[in-house]
Amino acid sequence: MGKIEDLEVINGEGYQLTSLDKAVALARSNSVWPLPFATSCCGIEFMATMGSTYDLSRFGMERMSFTPRQTDLLIVAGTISKKLAPVLQKVYEQMAEPKWVLSVGACASSGGIFDTYSVLQGIDRIIPVDVYVPGCPPRPEQIIDGVINIHKLVKHEPMRRRYSEEYRHLLDTYEIEITNSEHDK
Amino acid sequence: MTNNELLDALHEHLGTKLIASEVLFDTLVIEVSATEAYGVIEFLKNDSALSFNFLTLIGAVHYPEEKGRELCVVYHMHSWKNAIRLRIKSYLPQENPSIKSLTPLFDGANWQERETFDFFGVKFEGHPNLTRILNMDDMDYHPMLKQYHLEDETREDKDDRFFGR
Repeated sequence: MGKIEDLEVINGEGYQLTSLDKAVALARSNSVWPLPFATSCCGIEFMATMGSTYDLSRFGMERMSFTPRQTDLLIVAGTISKKLAPVLQKVYEQMAEPKWVLSVGACASSGGIFDTYSVLQGIDRIIPVDVYVPGCPPRPEQIIDGVINIHKLVKHEPMRRRYSEEYRHLLDTYEIEITNSEHDK
Repeated sequence: MTNNELLDALHEHLGTKLIASEVLFDTLVIEVSATEAYGVIEFLKNDSALSFNFLTLIGAVHYPEEKGRELCVVYHMHSWKNAIRLRIKSYLPQENPSIKSLTPLFDGANWQERETFDFFGVKFEGHPNLTRILNMDDMDYHPMLKQYHLEDETREDKDDRFFGR
């Protein structure tokens, strides 16, 4: 319970009260499972970030998962060609709600130096992005900072946000169907 | 075998089919007509003395200002036996860029011809599956033709004055 002091709590004798919203958000933010979608040099930087020198697991982002169905955070690191775009969108659709997206590097964020007919000019044209990490490629510290910013978002996200009209509208603009939310309602 | 010896042999065997020749970067380059290209390459492959057994590359070049011969299909051949390379060029008109496929001679021509079709729109007659190989299937043009821009047209954040579009 090391981080419970971050929340608004009422302390009593032998008990502690807080809202369910905040407790769930805290639990979510400390157990984000990332899915690395790495295509080029940003992916190499991301591998260094996972390695022992930079050691991303110090910040509670350890458990890499290579199936979209069991992940919360999609880390897109590298150039996405237009031919790969439908694949990336399918991977995003397969992730269960709630889900977040971290765009690592200039190419994923904007197409970068590849201003050409075959390269997608930023992944935010096909999927919503929560945090952008600039750099070409970014240093591992920047990637860690990006994931920590994702954790902050997760910690302050209301539990019901994914059922809101605004969220539905956001996904509609990307023509992405909302999965597994009707059932949970 | 030297380039001169090779050129003499080609003159002897091909005669008038050999339209032009030059040496570029130490490699002999010959031009043959598009209708003759298949026959010439078949001869080069099967001739026991020349023995150009390896097709290194198929590509194309677009020369939009050369009317009637806008598209140039380039074949790179390699003779392992004689340790010499040869480039063969055939020019095609923009309106109907079609040339006979080399797939009956070389299995390796299959994907290279698909790539050349993908980027330049050259139609290889007799190819078993002439579809796009690298670009998106629903792309509606051949991007290496010079009338098309290299840059992505949908990008809004670049100022044309600074990025030379």
